[in-house]
Amino acid sequence: MTISKSLKAAGIAVFAAMLGAAGAVAQDKTKVGFVYVGPIGDHGWTYQHHKGLEAVEAEFGDKVETTYVENVSEGPDAERVIQQLAQQGNDIIFTTSFGFMNPTIKVAKRFPDVKFEHATGFKKADNVSIYNTRFYQGRYIVGQIAGKMTKTNTIGYIASFPIPEVVMGINATYLGAKSVNPDIKIKVIWVSTWFDPGKEADAAKALVDQGSDILMQHTDSPAAIQLAEQEGIYAIGQASDMKTFGPNAQLTSLIDDWAPYYVERVKAVIDGTWETSDIWGGLANGMLKMAPYSDKLPEDVIALAKEMEEKIKSGEFHPFTGPLNKQDGTQFLADGEVISDEVLLGMNFYVEGIEGSLPK
Amino acid sequence: MLKIEPRKEPSRVMLYATPFLAVLFTIVAGFILFSLLDKNPATATYLIFISPLTSLYTITELLVKATPLILIAIGLAVGFRAGVWNIGAEGQFTMGALAGGAMALALYEVEGLWVLPLVCLAGALGGMAWAAIPAFLRTRLNTNEILVSLMLVYVATLLLGMLVHGPLRDPDGFNFPESRLFHDAATLPALVAGTRAHVGFLVAIIAVIVAWILLRSHMIGFQIKVVGQAPRAARFAGFSSPRIVWFCFMISGALAGLAGIFEATGPVGQLVPALPVGYGFTAIIVAFLGRLHPLGILAGGLLLALTYIGGEAAQISMSLPSATVQVFQGMLLFFLLATDILVNYRVSWIASGRRPAKTALQQPAE
Amino acid sequence: MDLIVNIVLGIIVAATPLVFASIGELVVEKSGVLNLGVEGMMIIGAIAGFAGTIETGSFMVGILAAIIAGAAVALLFAVLTQTLLANQVATGLALTLFGLGLAALIGQSYSGKSAPDFPKLNIPGLTDLPIIGPLIFGQDGLVYLSFALVAGVAWVLTRTRTGLIIRAIGENHDAAHAIGYPVVAYRYATLLFGGACAGLGGAYLSIVQTPLWVENMTAGRGWIALALVVFAAWRPWRSLLGAYLFGGITIIQLHSQALGLQVEPQILAMLPYLATIIVLVLISYDKAKARLNAPANLGKTFFAST
Repeated sequence: MTISKSLKAAGIAVFAAMLGAAGAVAQDKTKVGFVYVGPIGDHGWTYQHHKGLEAVEAEFGDKVETTYVENVSEGPDAERVIQQLAQQGNDIIFTTSFGFMNPTIKVAKRFPDVKFEHATGFKKADNVSIYNTRFYQGRYIVGQIAGKMTKTNTIGYIASFPIPEVVMGINATYLGAKSVNPDIKIKVIWVSTWFDPGKEADAAKALVDQGSDILMQHTDSPAAIQLAEQEGIYAIGQASDMKTFGPNAQLTSLIDDWAPYYVERVKAVIDGTWETSDIWGGLANGMLKMAPYSDKLPEDVIALAKEMEEKIKSGEFHPFTGPLNKQDGTQFLADGEVISDEVLLGMNFYVEGIEGSLPK
Repeated sequence: MLKIEPRKEPSRVMLYATPFLAVLFTIVAGFILFSLLDKNPATATYLIFISPLTSLYTITELLVKATPLILIAIGLAVGFRAGVWNIGAEGQFTMGALAGGAMALALYEVEGLWVLPLVCLAGALGGMAWAAIPAFLRTRLNTNEILVSLMLVYVATLLLGMLVHGPLRDPDGFNFPESRLFHDAATLPALVAGTRAHVGFLVAIIAVIVAWILLRSHMIGFQIKVVGQAPRAARFAGFSSPRIVWFCFMISGALAGLAGIFEATGPVGQLVPALPVGYGFTAIIVAFLGRLHPLGILAGGLLLALTYIGGEAAQISMSLPSATVQVFQGMLLFFLLATDILVNYRVSWIASGRRPAKTALQQPAE
Repeated sequence: MDLIVNIVLGIIVAATPLVFASIGELVVEKSGVLNLGVEGMMIIGAIAGFAGTIETGSFMVGILAAIIAGAAVALLFAVLTQTLLANQVATGLALTLFGLGLAALIGQSYSGKSAPDFPKLNIPGLTDLPIIGPLIFGQDGLVYLSFALVAGVAWVLTRTRTGLIIRAIGENHDAAHAIGYPVVAYRYATLLFGGACAGLGGAYLSIVQTPLWVENMTAGRGWIALALVVFAAWRPWRSLLGAYLFGGITIIQLHSQALGLQVEPQILAMLPYLATIIVLVLISYDKAKARLNAPANLGKTFFAST
């Protein structure tokens, strides 16, 4: 380590001079940068973030200048891209995938005057805020819809990787479905990818073949919706409104709506009121929206869904309210107890009643 | 008609001129491409080829990007010369990162100057172990190594994902699929403090020099050449083909494994599922751009790294879609490969009708 | 029983793109050329097929567009490797990079669109038969085409003069040239054929399997197709078998999860690749037999010195 220490002194001086030069450029526009993990054309996760960028442009017009970089891998390239954006004088930078967490923190240390916003992570700093959506709220509602609409009592669920985000989604879906249909079963297929339309369609087909008559997914392409349309069954969309891919199949969709949040945070930078925050939004603040309910749904189901939406919005109801047991039968929430965000964020177990084991 | 005639020996002039010719062609084609997309072609070209060289930070990032490419390509070039087609360096890279990273995590919070060398050694061994599978199957069971090494890339990536989701996961990381950040003792020292350029680049330079000497003057260099170009002659001369195959796989496995662990302990600082970003495949292109020559590989690695960094700059500054950069890189490679012919062959237009004189020349080596 | 029929139907859909891409590459390799750009040609076929279908509303136009586009990028490869004598491995990799980028660029205006359902064969009476009805009489036209193509290639390669010349060129291009066969012309032809097949395979993904366009939607299938050729020891029917085996393992691992099998999903995802390696070892264990099929001049540059 001595090499690095002796070099450090020399290096920092050069580096600081360089940063100074970059920062000295006068500007009147507020510059906003975005780092995307996928292509804008994925019609899912990245597509929705890009809609947020467009909303920022529409809101502030000439007052802002936006920049984005798409297809940034969560490996070694991320840090450089974020650094470049900071160096080019962006005032606020949104890094929109979990894997950008450590690179964001590292770059933020070097640019104390730049504001950073990292999606779906858990590390904060003086100039790094974090934000995420409570997707599980919507999943509870679609679980209820599925529980009502299924004839085979089997939900088919295409999952990507066993991270807490995905696990809590499966649990919430099951609990929602169970609350209206005690015989419900949920079949989960892990495809080990976020994005492979062919494989997602294959998985969807396998689920249908094994008796699922309603499909949902925690992967990013619209392949499952399309397959549901072909098979004449129902499905729930993911990330964006996927109605064009399954006009008859889609009952509703969980829409990530980052636009209001992005507009709000950029406004805070313009006004000079930006502060570090930790937002875990959801239905209540509009970060999560339900796509218009399909006219294929009976009125009582729509009413049920809307009522649940209101209850979750107002905080009257939390999908994870005790008594709840883990899959192995041990209790993790006592009667009436509401789950803490901490347990939720690290959720690595199935709730009681779900069959099959959770991959570790 | 187009007349192509082999040269008696490769043209020195063309050897150095063709890369510039290719870049020139790419710029012309790029002008058309960028104009079609309504982007200023001059700015785009400047951003891709020149802007990365204008600041210390981007130059150091250039080294970060070039280091794994050069390391892997050197190992591959040795094999390619001997006709050993290791297409799966990406998997060996991943396994190097995984083995070395596991070692670094096992020695978490252990201090000592010996930690990092041990971690790097584990990385090299990890890459070698993964390369040993196709080497064994080819030498013992006659199995095609292109396919085996390629299939093992997918297996390695899935294995990394599985272990980072499981046993190697950060215990304080809310079950997210990432390892802890490596401890200081297992972090690669920076070449220029405050940047990500790391001592791995020096190792890459050393690898270039060693490979150059080895291939030029050492007996093994000669054997590799003979086995690659005239396997029958090699058998008569008593060179052991399996030994050469093993040698090539071990060299390329070790270098790819090193590249992997350097990437993990250097720029990234932890194990993440997205660690392999295709360096193993890009390095194949680098090896051929460098004409399988160590010095050429050094240049080729830097050139490709330049277009990556420059491509990002173009994306940031003029919102060029990342696909455009891919197309641009593809064109650059096409032109480099196309102009290659000028090195070993004389190309001219002649009036048709006359048959070219018969030459007894062997086909020049690629 | 229904479940098994459905599983087989799923396997057919998963295997068909691989059948197309691998049978094309097989012919290319038989003529002694190694084109590693299958992934790039497939993705170009996928966008061309989808765009053609969306713009004209006709599947025929879409399929033709995919065939032409696949052959067009293969032509690029042919010019580089056959006329300009560039290295085949490097050119193939460059082609993949180029194809993925170009497809994404063309595809920008097509994301978010959905193609209509691809029609399937329906012969009243026959298609309604139990089990064999849906399997044999209920497929889409491209599935039948894929079988016909494999049969055609098998026949041409083994029973015709053209096939003999292709194989001779792949075995020893210098000797073939000395006899007077136009080596380069034949290789142009096989490459164009291979590109057309890969394009068709890509189009199967974008207009039949998942009728939509998204970037990188081939997701590595081009590489699998390459592997299948070696796996098949360059025999047409065996490449078909390989594609179905690979598709089969993919589909069955998904089903086994839905049935509640308790295995790590990543391990299951590894299975098709591991199985390919194992089968490959078994096939190539017998040295003499394995040598018989591999084209001796595969990947070597041909230059007519006389």
